[in-house]
Amino acid sequence: MFMLEKAMIGSRRYWGWLAFLLVLIALGGVCYLRQLRYGLIVTGLSRDVTWGLYIAQFTFFVGVAASAVMVVLPYYLHDVRQFQKITILGELLAVSSVTMCMLFILVDMGQPARVLNVLRYPTLHSLMFWDMVSLGGYLALNAVISVVMLSAERNGVPAPRWIKPVAILSIPWAVSIHTVTAFLYSGLPGRTFWLTAILAPRFLASAFASGPALLILLCLLLRRLTSFDAGQEAIRKLGVIVAYAMSISVFFVLLELFTVFYSRIPEEMEHFRFLFVGLEGQRHLVPWMWSSVAAASVALVLLLVPRLRERDTVLAAASVLVFVSLWIEKGLGLIVGGFVPSPLGSVTRYSPTAPEWTIVLGVWAIGALMITVFYKITVSVREVR
Amino acid sequence: MKITRKEFLCIAGLAAAGAGAAKAVQTIGGADPAAPQASGAAKRWGMVIDFQKCRADRDCDDCLNACRAAHNVPDIPEREREVKWVWKERYEKVFPFQQTDYTRRAFEGHVLPILCNQCANPACVRVCPTAATWKREDGIVMMDWHRCIGCRYCMAACPYGSRSFNWSDPRPHIGKLTSEFPTRTKGVVEKCNFCEERLANGRVPACVEACRRKAIVFGDLNDEKSTVRQLLRARYSIQRTPELGTGPSVFYLI
Repeated sequence: MFMLEKAMIGSRRYWGWLAFLLVLIALGGVCYLRQLRYGLIVTGLSRDVTWGLYIAQFTFFVGVAASAVMVVLPYYLHDVRQFQKITILGELLAVSSVTMCMLFILVDMGQPARVLNVLRYPTLHSLMFWDMVSLGGYLALNAVISVVMLSAERNGVPAPRWIKPVAILSIPWAVSIHTVTAFLYSGLPGRTFWLTAILAPRFLASAFASGPALLILLCLLLRRLTSFDAGQEAIRKLGVIVAYAMSISVFFVLLELFTVFYSRIPEEMEHFRFLFVGLEGQRHLVPWMWSSVAAASVALVLLLVPRLRERDTVLAAASVLVFVSLWIEKGLGLIVGGFVPSPLGSVTRYSPTAPEWTIVLGVWAIGALMITVFYKITVSVREVR
Repeated sequence: MKITRKEFLCIAGLAAAGAGAAKAVQTIGGADPAAPQASGAAKRWGMVIDFQKCRADRDCDDCLNACRAAHNVPDIPEREREVKWVWKERYEKVFPFQQTDYTRRAFEGHVLPILCNQCANPACVRVCPTAATWKREDGIVMMDWHRCIGCRYCMAACPYGSRSFNWSDPRPHIGKLTSEFPTRTKGVVEKCNFCEERLANGRVPACVEACRRKAIVFGDLNDEKSTVRQLLRARYSIQRTPELGTGPSVFYLI
């Protein structure tokens, strides 16, 4: 079924990696059971910082999921042949990322057993309902496309004609998942940090940098570990995409900074102050944020100079920097920064606890496991042919 | 009349589809015929808090204690994870945008009670994905603790910090348990309910009753002759961040 049998044959290294991931998943599972029993008190969350690492990871990986569009769009709409081999990798990355997003939402719930109330009592004026719809739809689209394309490839037949419109539908759908996710935040009256129309474009720009950056790393890894070669041209093209998207992403952040600091409205500035210099003695996010800035700056230099970008090692380093920088910006600063200071002006420290990190690690491991198995199947299908 | 098996199945299927469609239309339209009607015509409950009277006795906690006792509000030791229905907050935090450097100095250290504003246009209700929080016709923003999934979106949306989450089981932290009001479980959000359980029995909210200086007045904002309306006519009143368009039902006389 679903060619899973192909994932059952592998080297010792493959099985060792899977075993390692399973151990992480088990550890995360144990911590989650603890959270189920005692409640979200096992996390570092509080009255004022009600969302933290879980929701931040959700937000970040919605971006990674949406970025599949960066290979799907050129391939299906502009007939960029170089992406033929890696479109499926992008779609499978989307499937794994959306699954992680859903898990991150689930582990954040106070009453996870009731989560289907969202579907039992559909509330159309809630963006969370729409987020569930768009994420679910995106998962289904990408799962169908990947399975159909891969089956056709295995059987040595051309893919059915109906799959093209489905793939094209997945393009606006990818934009929608990240737009709706931005709307979760940007429509809240008391949260000035998020109350900005540029949040959705910012989300998309950072997504289209971090997702393809991860895809570059995965392609380079596949080339080193397996017989699968995405092709130098495809990897270079991805590098160009990351260069553009990262520049736009940084530009959008600078636009935000201008509006906030030129207008000098105190409540707008305080969130950025908290993140970059600290507020009322709370400086724990400051080193993180400056690391993000440093990583972004170095990455931009490496990406914008074509001579540097075209070297695999440099491209790999730049991709790591882009991923780390945006993970901090979106997966840490954006959510926590929105909550501090609170509408009542309180500055509350949020530091994720060990169980919280372990649960996050467990979900990451689930994502990595899915990617490993999916890519293993893809590579096996192609090796046979 | 004879109905064949096939016809029966067909009719049953259509009926089920029809019922489903009606339900969908209802949900989309937002109309809920089963919504409880408030007693009397078109009331809008509101509260007026007299800061002058209240600050005369800074150490008084009568209203807070009365609320706590009436609603099984737990006494969580960790400040960052407290459950609060009505609580005292520093003046400058309650009205951050309605003061000058001089009022700040003049009222430094003064506190006043704050609670859910029972907004006319509540952001929390707008964002709740399960309609576990909703606004009644009399203006009270309600919570269904059995439907809440604990996503805390309402807490992110509330510009007043009026909502609390049960980070753990609250029951061990309840001082004196009353059987008059339900306790809550871990993983759900709660907040002030304007004592809707007392209003249903014709009583005023517990905090209003407990205030010895009569600094908290409760009544129908839609009734021009009510005490709250008389006070709002006679004195200068402010709301908490009204510029957000939430339409708070709690007013402060300064």
